[in-house]
Amino acid sequence: MAKELWKGNEAIAEAAIRAGCRCYFGYPITPQSEIPEYMSLHMPKAGGVFLQSESEIAAINMVYGASGAGARVMTSSSSPGVSLKQEGISYMCGAELPGVIVNVMRGGPGLGTIQPAQGDYFQATRGGGNGDYRLIVFAPANIQEVVDLMQEAFELADQYRMPVMMLLDGMIGQMMEPIEWKKPPVSPDDLPAKPWATTGTKEGRAPNIINSLFIDPEACNVHNQRLEEKYRRVIENEQRYETNDTDGAEVIFVAYGTPARLARAAAGLLEKEGIKAGVFRPVTVWPYPYEALHEVAIQDSVKVVVTVEMSTGQMVDDVRIGVNGVKPVSFIGQAGGVIPTPREVANAALKALGR
Amino acid sequence: MAIVYQRSKGLTDVETHYCPGCTHGIIHRLVAETLEELDILGKTIGVAPVGCSVFAYDYFNCDMQEAAHGRAPAVATGIKRVLPDKVVFTYQGDGDLAAIGTGEITHAAMRGENITTIFVNNAIYGMTGGQMAPTTLVGQRATTAPLGREKSHAGSPIRIAELLATLDGAAYIERVTVTSPANVMRAKRAIRKAFELQLEGRGFTMIEVLSTCPTNWGLTPVKALEWLNENMIPVFPLGVYKDITKEEA
Repeated sequence: MAKELWKGNEAIAEAAIRAGCRCYFGYPITPQSEIPEYMSLHMPKAGGVFLQSESEIAAINMVYGASGAGARVMTSSSSPGVSLKQEGISYMCGAELPGVIVNVMRGGPGLGTIQPAQGDYFQATRGGGNGDYRLIVFAPANIQEVVDLMQEAFELADQYRMPVMMLLDGMIGQMMEPIEWKKPPVSPDDLPAKPWATTGTKEGRAPNIINSLFIDPEACNVHNQRLEEKYRRVIENEQRYETNDTDGAEVIFVAYGTPARLARAAAGLLEKEGIKAGVFRPVTVWPYPYEALHEVAIQDSVKVVVTVEMSTGQMVDDVRIGVNGVKPVSFIGQAGGVIPTPREVANAALKALGR
Repeated sequence: MAIVYQRSKGLTDVETHYCPGCTHGIIHRLVAETLEELDILGKTIGVAPVGCSVFAYDYFNCDMQEAAHGRAPAVATGIKRVLPDKVVFTYQGDGDLAAIGTGEITHAAMRGENITTIFVNNAIYGMTGGQMAPTTLVGQRATTAPLGREKSHAGSPIRIAELLATLDGAAYIERVTVTSPANVMRAKRAIRKAFELQLEGRGFTMIEVLSTCPTNWGLTPVKALEWLNENMIPVFPLGVYKDITKEEA
């Protein structure tokens, strides 16, 4: 199939529709407003629901209601707006509701800036809402991967009955790249049934109840342990990562999203200087591919592990957990919308090597 | 022997947790009877709030969703937009609807969201133990207003029925109470009308029901009914605030 040129935000919206999503609720915020704009035109054409909500809080609660009513549903926002969605995300996890949340990250904290950043890693992977919960978090590094992962995001959300987050930095949302639509579109009619959904009893069954309240401590503990068991299954089965030239490398860069592309360029610069460098790129940042990273880092050839982020250092904590002390871990990053250059990244590796 | 009165099919046989004398039980029954009489129990999805009626999902005999505090109108919007042929209602207290959830209820009404809201106003936070609500009367004592609500400090009570009636999307707004058999009958008629208008696709409908909280008001159930009649109704006058069917006539 011929390649088409797509902007990231529009591609993710189209990919959602092709993944059988027929329900979108959202609120405008830069740098992701092309998603609701695209949805406002194309979702009704696909026979679906588009609604611009009065706030991100309302949007995520509309997602909650629609998901509870059995719809394949999503919302999108950017960092400050995703902060507002945390309450609803926690409730969706508690009530075990599927749904996809797109975060096109910008600089923070607070109002920060509208330029690309990765400062929401902790929020995405540790949870910004209350209680013991997890999200599956995909961190695509190019627009082809964005559209490829979108269908999987909805499928995993339904399979595990939990929200899935697509964690993009603003660069991925705003740039254009040639892509291919590899998977055939999914019809909402072909999606698996959701017998738990509140669609009306027709007085033929007991009422379905969507709920996250378990007032009895024992019952709430049982609920939490059951969720934890589910999260363990996700950890076992859903880790995704990619390696580039990591076999026999002296330097291992670890990065997700846009910085992974910078790290590839930095590895090329080091190669010209006679230093073999590779890139380990987590595609899921939760569950994090700790063991796979450990296997790469423990190779005899590896002298240093260099984490690259568009933040002041958040994923580096997971890198340290994965490497677990077998090799030194260092960090290079810029925040607030400043993107490190490949030369700066390469220099950080040289510094870590003591050269 | 003829049965003249029994539990509505719209209620489950779960024993409610409401305090003695609380009027939530009456209001639940009125909603349940309406759903049964209109034969819509099997196509209704209710949304429970956070507050005293948080367990409403266990009491109504239809599909239910439990919402975060104040978010019931947003949750109901999500349900209704996905299932436009179903009947969707929210059941919310004054803390839930008139404080933390003012944004959600206002915009649901503004959009003319085709849902019905049962707004139970007892002028206090019941579940959390008698704190001041946005609907607490000036001078009324609460655990966070121990000397009584002071207008200069906390303002005056918010009148939600009047507020929402200004919005074009609101099809029917009425304030009722359940302090006497006659008032209960009036409340029932109002609730039924709201659901009927929803079935006709007319837009947002809300019935505000003035309700008692003997426990947190520190009154006996009978005294609480009297207190409501004497003190709440002058501040929150009963009546129809919006009726799209009259405007068209």
